[in-house]
Amino acid sequence: MGRWSTAARTPLGLTAAVLAGSVLGLAVLAPVVWGTSADAVDTGSILSPPSGEHWAGTDNLGRDILARTLVATRLSVLLALAATAIAVLAGLVLGTAPFLLGRRLGRVVTAAVNIAVAFPGLLLALFFATIFGVGATGAVFAIGLAGAPAFARLTQTLVAGVAARDYVAAARVAGVGRLRVLLRHVLPNISEPLVVNATVGTGAALLSFAGLSFLGLGVQQPGYDWGRLLYDGIGAIYVNPAAALTPGAAVLVAGLAFNLVGETVAKALGVGGVARRPGRAPRAVPGLAPVAADEAPRAVGDDLVLDVRDLEVTVPGARGPVRPVRGVTFSVRRGEALGVVGESGSGKSLTALAVSRLAGDLARVEAGRLTLLGTDLTEADGRAHRRLLGTSLAMVFQDPTTSFNPTRRVGAQLAEGARHHQGLGRAEALARAVDRLGAVRIPEPERRARQYPHEFSGGMRQRAMIGMGLMGSPSLVVADEPTTALDVTVQQQVLDLLADVRAADDVALVLISHDVAVVRSVCDRVVVMYAGRIVEDLPAASLDDDARHPYTRALVAAVPDMDTDLEAALPVIPGTPADPGALPPGCAYAPRCPLASARCVEEDPSLVSDDTGHRVACWHADGPAEAATTAAPGEVGVP
Amino acid sequence: MASTGLLARAGSRDMLPAARPWAGFAVRRLGRLLVSLWVLVTASFLMIHLIPGDPVRAALGPTAPTELVEAKRRALGLDEPLPVQYADFLRGLVTGDLGTSLVSQLPVSQVVAQRLPATLVLAGLAFVLAVTVAVPLGVAVGVLTRRGHGRRTELAFTTTSVVLGTIPDFLFGVALVYVFGVGLGWLPVAGASGASAYVLPVLALAVGPAAVLSRIIRVEMVGVVEADYVRTARAKRLPDRTVYLGHALPNALTASLTLAGIILSSMVAGTVLVENVFAWPGLGSTIVQSIVSKDYPMVQAVVLVYGLGVLVVNTLVDVALALLDPRSLIREA
Ligand code: SF4
Repeated sequence: MGRWSTAARTPLGLTAAVLAGSVLGLAVLAPVVWGTSADAVDTGSILSPPSGEHWAGTDNLGRDILARTLVATRLSVLLALAATAIAVLAGLVLGTAPFLLGRRLGRVVTAAVNIAVAFPGLLLALFFATIFGVGATGAVFAIGLAGAPAFARLTQTLVAGVAARDYVAAARVAGVGRLRVLLRHVLPNISEPLVVNATVGTGAALLSFAGLSFLGLGVQQPGYDWGRLLYDGIGAIYVNPAAALTPGAAVLVAGLAFNLVGETVAKALGVGGVARRPGRAPRAVPGLAPVAADEAPRAVGDDLVLDVRDLEVTVPGARGPVRPVRGVTFSVRRGEALGVVGESGSGKSLTALAVSRLAGDLARVEAGRLTLLGTDLTEADGRAHRRLLGTSLAMVFQDPTTSFNPTRRVGAQLAEGARHHQGLGRAEALARAVDRLGAVRIPEPERRARQYPHEFSGGMRQRAMIGMGLMGSPSLVVADEPTTALDVTVQQQVLDLLADVRAADDVALVLISHDVAVVRSVCDRVVVMYAGRIVEDLPAASLDDDARHPYTRALVAAVPDMDTDLEAALPVIPGTPADPGALPPGCAYAPRCPLASARCVEEDPSLVSDDTGHRVACWHADGPAEAATTAAPGEVGVP
Repeated sequence: MASTGLLARAGSRDMLPAARPWAGFAVRRLGRLLVSLWVLVTASFLMIHLIPGDPVRAALGPTAPTELVEAKRRALGLDEPLPVQYADFLRGLVTGDLGTSLVSQLPVSQVVAQRLPATLVLAGLAFVLAVTVAVPLGVAVGVLTRRGHGRRTELAFTTTSVVLGTIPDFLFGVALVYVFGVGLGWLPVAGASGASAYVLPVLALAVGPAAVLSRIIRVEMVGVVEADYVRTARAKRLPDRTVYLGHALPNALTASLTLAGIILSSMVAGTVLVENVFAWPGLGSTIVQSIVSKDYPMVQAVVLVYGLGVLVVNTLVDVALALLDPRSLIREA
């Protein structure tokens, strides 16, 4: 019962428990305590406003409104419960019918329920109230049956979900009768959401009942529920407003009580509740704040497209801010293809988003230097910046299926940016979009431009995404795992297209991937990231023979090639990637590194460059290559 | 969508692929509409036959002479075999003959024609008000309370909208009557004479749905601004306004529409209660009086009209969904 006491201790649960407890308590006790005073006629004070004697005034026979409202709790709650019971029962029969009756008849029932559920409950209630006649009994049936279709639909959905499960199928195959399967295997598994909905349904029934009685179709005199009191009270609202407001408030409180209980139960059972967000995010300063650059910029060649120095990204985490990117420095030249590899969580994607200024306003991005084509991106973003980024930087995201807006045509989505940044008219922009679709080898580009993304295949969507980047005249394409979400058969097409784009216009490419093979096939230079840092920066051609960092070597060793013995298991990197929220003081790779020494654990190696520009961050970068991939952690001592 | 016109013009040569899903959608949707209509008509026909005992006797009271009851029964055609009655009923519907009121002896169609406009105006104004308030509000609060932002705003908004959404329209109406009619005396609280008479009934009908609708739209908006295609829109470096209104909003609306349909169609029925709070001279008052006085032909007709209203709303919602989200054309509804 732990989850119940937990649920009851939340503010919501507590309110629900108190409210529901008072309503139920009143339902039991009120008629006993105030029964006589509620019926006591006092001709001396007819329709009197609230006074010390009658807190909510009196009705047209001088009876105390407050006492009557309290006493009416029992009838109002009982009627709501009765109506709910009918709704649940009828709903269960209708909802399980498709399961019991088999396909044909079941479909008829389902269709009928679907039609009935489209009509509002009140309309159904009026329909049934006509049939059953005016009065409390008729209203109970009317409201009960009016609630049945919604409950039936819920039951149907739940039953269908459970019926598809293995144990139900197994029971059916074993020859167990449908009814028995339903009672034994299906209903017990759907009882929790049904209970939640029945509770909420009771609240709704209570409100509906108040509505019907208020219309004069429910409880008739001399009986009275809240709706009836309201009906009598509204006529005298100018004389004694409390006569209408008091029962109205009672309806509201009781309705709310059942709703809250339903929601609390839902939370406790973990069904259908609204998921809470993780803890409050620390206030992050959005945008870019330049970090004082401690060294003079390197000689900046004219051909430098992207220059990043000491990039740091801080994001809010569950336990305070986390820094998934911790000082990344690299640059990309015109026409150069730079690969960024690392496991998930290495910070490579966030690096790509941060340099593209798409990290979102929760991420705090700081950099000693961040320039695109010589323009400082750390300054506040204005229209000029937006135009530069919108025309010179093309983004390709991982999943083309979700990266296109499903509600707009592909051509329009391509044209949009050009209309904004290049001042093209609608027709011109669309013509260019068609042209670009052709350029990325989409057949029949005119027809395709008029289609919606869901009419494209996955590979075609990714090509269209590249085409979107080519609407301007990009100097840099940032592609974040562009082939990961694609079918293997089209991955190569997309990579070839990226290579062509790069070759055709001397466009620089930053290709983010977890896959060393992909990066090696496309890029000139490779940056390896681990735990938010660059651990090695080397020519792609050196990956096989001249990788110095144990992590790089392990990544390379994990790639199958021609010589790989397909029978043997691929070497995987043991251990789990570092958690950016809990980094060790020394080298972040130390817990997984076969070469780790005492120094590695204490001191974090910095990224140092040799004369060829090959950069590596490792104390034992000159260690034996074999040891890096074969030895288990701890087996290699301090050299 | 801004581009639809252009694309339609450009595509006139080659409209078939685009036209086919619409045709399929139209056929499916029309089929469902017709089946629902048939169910509605048949249910309202059967209503009078489902009443336990003798409806005519019940309507005329236990003291009415037997000859009168018999005559009335014949006048209503209740002595005919059921299929004949059904055929008569359908024929009547087609020709606009809905029978005669048992109470006022007036033709039912005349009463409906006289009372319907007031209800239509009330419901129409409330629809418009609810939607024009809920959509901008939901979008704005959604943007303000997107992930990691505006926790306080979110709490205040959600609490307010839950409370407003829980209050049934007729209770809200009573409260409005009390505050603006009794307390402040600013606005009329009964009848439909003059523009000011519309204020309170429309408010009573619109506020709850507007609260629920804006909450739904906010939730969808918060989800949608995290979507990959919104990031793509940002990557195009579009202004925030275009990102939110052009890319996030249509998708948030699509996701909200199904629930919005349920809320909007419940507003049709909501007029019954609200009209009775404000003594509104519409069909809602008529149906309640007719149920009380057992004027069955009248009830039948009003139920039909309300049911029809609901079907129209549901169909419009589906069409709106199809316009906003082309995928729903091929998705089985
Ligand atoms: S050898 Fe030391 S410094 Fe190099 S990667 Fe391993 S743990 Fe890090």
